[in-house]
Amino acid sequence: MWKFIVRRLLVTFPQIVLLSILVFVMAQFMPGDALTGQVDPNVSPEIKQQIRERLGLNNPWYVQYTDWIGGAVTGDFGQSFRFKMPVTDLIEQRIYNTFWLSLVTLIFMYIIAVPLGIISGRYNDTWLDQTITGYTYLGFATPLFIFALVMLWIFGYQFGWFPTSGSVAPGLSPGSWDYVWSKFQHLLLPALSMALIGTVSTVQYLRSEIVDTKQRDFIITARAKGASESRVYNRHILRNSVLPIAAFFGWEITGLISGTIFIERIFGYPGMGALFLESVLMRDYSVVTALVLLFGVAAILGALLSDIILSIVDPRIRIK
Amino acid sequence: MSNRLLEIENLTTSFRIGDGYYAAVDNVSLTVNRNEVLGIVGESGSGKSALAFSIMRLHNRAKIEGKINLEDTDLVKASTNELNKLRGDSLSMIFQDPLTALNPLMEIGAQIGETLVLHRPQMSKKQRYDRVIELLNLVGIPRPEHVYQQYPHELSGGMRQRVVIAIAIANKPQLLIADEPTTALDVTIQAQILDLIHKLKEEMDAGIILITHDLGVVAEMADRVAVMYAGEIVEVAEVHTLFENPLHPYTRSLLNSVPTEGQDKLHVIQGIVPSLKNLPRTGCRFAARIPWIDESAHEENPVLHEVSPGHYVRCTCHSKFYFPEEGKEGEANGAS
Ligand SMILES: Nc1ncnc2c1ncn2[C@@H]1O[C@H](COP(=O)(O)OP(=O)(O)O)[C@@H](O)[C@H]1O
Ligand code: SF4
Ligand SMILES: [Mg+2]
Repeated sequence: MWKFIVRRLLVTFPQIVLLSILVFVMAQFMPGDALTGQVDPNVSPEIKQQIRERLGLNNPWYVQYTDWIGGAVTGDFGQSFRFKMPVTDLIEQRIYNTFWLSLVTLIFMYIIAVPLGIISGRYNDTWLDQTITGYTYLGFATPLFIFALVMLWIFGYQFGWFPTSGSVAPGLSPGSWDYVWSKFQHLLLPALSMALIGTVSTVQYLRSEIVDTKQRDFIITARAKGASESRVYNRHILRNSVLPIAAFFGWEITGLISGTIFIERIFGYPGMGALFLESVLMRDYSVVTALVLLFGVAAILGALLSDIILSIVDPRIRIK
Repeated sequence: MSNRLLEIENLTTSFRIGDGYYAAVDNVSLTVNRNEVLGIVGESGSGKSALAFSIMRLHNRAKIEGKINLEDTDLVKASTNELNKLRGDSLSMIFQDPLTALNPLMEIGAQIGETLVLHRPQMSKKQRYDRVIELLNLVGIPRPEHVYQQYPHELSGGMRQRVVIAIAIANKPQLLIADEPTTALDVTIQAQILDLIHKLKEEMDAGIILITHDLGVVAEMADRVAVMYAGEIVEVAEVHTLFENPLHPYTRSLLNSVPTEGQDKLHVIQGIVPSLKNLPRTGCRFAARIPWIDESAHEENPVLHEVSPGHYVRCTCHSKFYFPEEGKEGEANGAS
């Protein structure tokens, strides 16, 4: 197992380096640079050139890349011209919001997917299964942002069960129970909306794994031992079917990232996704670059995490 | 007859294909006695596995008619609960492919131990562990304490088949069904596994159904042989009777296809077993594969009849039958 994890870690490092180069190249193609918006438009081009020279913006690309990545590693992503504050500070405020939103969404996703997938797979081709499969098709066909808008309109505005924007009610002191509760209330509806749509692929995946595993030879062996139906499921089918879901985990994170971008925007939830969308629209490129890098790293680490989980639970990888 | 262990009467197992049910096991009657090895031979597709799975009641979507009496229990009528009490205990099975027959995520020890948990719940953990080690020793697995905590993928095919056998014999079954237990293995390993089954047979005092398409295996292991073709039993006889005086043309073609010394050309009867849907359900099912025989020579719907004590054949005109290579009738040792 350790061998596998070490090998897997060794692959992750070049992945991240490659990602950072891609992001850097992307940043180079964006109009403007670190200077844009920082200086008075009336400043003469000569002086601009001097400042450029001083900031190293005329250096060859690899020197600039090294400077940039060096900054990024130490947490310096430059300035946001829109907020007139360091990108790092800006992100720091939001990263917790997005983290909690993603975590709660992920938990909801599994709470929905595991029972539905199991029922659907175990009783495949019954009306129960067809109902669940119908839901997954609907989930695939419905764009997240439309679904989120409908949820917001019904449960936020019509019923008034949930707050309709922000991440916490104003005037509560951080750390108090009321504060935590209010935070939870604020992320409940966006998390639920995202989970209901995002979970359908996991439901389908789990279903097909179970339908597949059901017909494997070792299940017949288990029956031939005299194992009851429930024992066959609990001891043999489920474990073998849930395993590949662990491998799916990394992809869920990638899906979550793109999900938060719309969801946070729609629910006025101050997280990284909303920040990303606003920054793109406002051409706040230093923020965009930093966020793309962070999202990419999160996706890579997600894949790493699922491989590590897999290596712990699957003896075929564990024992090597 | 106290010696009778299993009595199958008019068993028909049908699968649903498209709009209708088609019989893969067609009106089969067989018996197995205690301490007896019944060999079942037949080409691939003749319904041997379907028969074995019917006895174990492991088909999930099949229509089963007839009787399968294991001692006093009719397995066809038995409830799932009753079946679960029998399966793995007095009735067990060895499967064809050891590479897929074991749970990839479960330790070997736990997989063997599960049969004990299910049927010997009063055993303590320690007793169970000891019994599993004993079984691993019995089936010839070296370093059993080590193998106990290994996973299937760490073992070779032959070792895995030994584990499958250990599972099957864990509770000393009365009836053991081995469905082509060596087909998926290398030739050298095949011999070892057969030796093992042979050895266990002596010790176990059980009835064994040994399914194979290898007549050499039958000659060596079986007491009686049933030849199966297209879902039907076409001939049943004591093993030496069958080899000395095979009557059904299908049996004879099978015997001819065994390579013997001084004869390097295999006689393989042309054609294959027809699929369930395309199987002629009236007349002799084998007729299509011996077109050189005059149609009128065959009985309309041949039934099994006893030609000498214990020797049954589903063919009345076997004496008129010949293979082209053998020459005309009489030259073959077909006439009884
Ligand atoms: N579950 C099933 N559904 C439909 N047809 C089946 C099923 N199992 C076996 N058959 C068919 O029944 C016939 C006998 O198969 P099988 O018992 O596996 O033969 P054998 O074990 O002698 O090779 C074959 O034609 C096969 O295609
Ligand atoms: S009845 Fe005729 S066709 Fe059938 S096995 Fe006998 S000889 Fe062949
Ligand atoms: Mg078979």
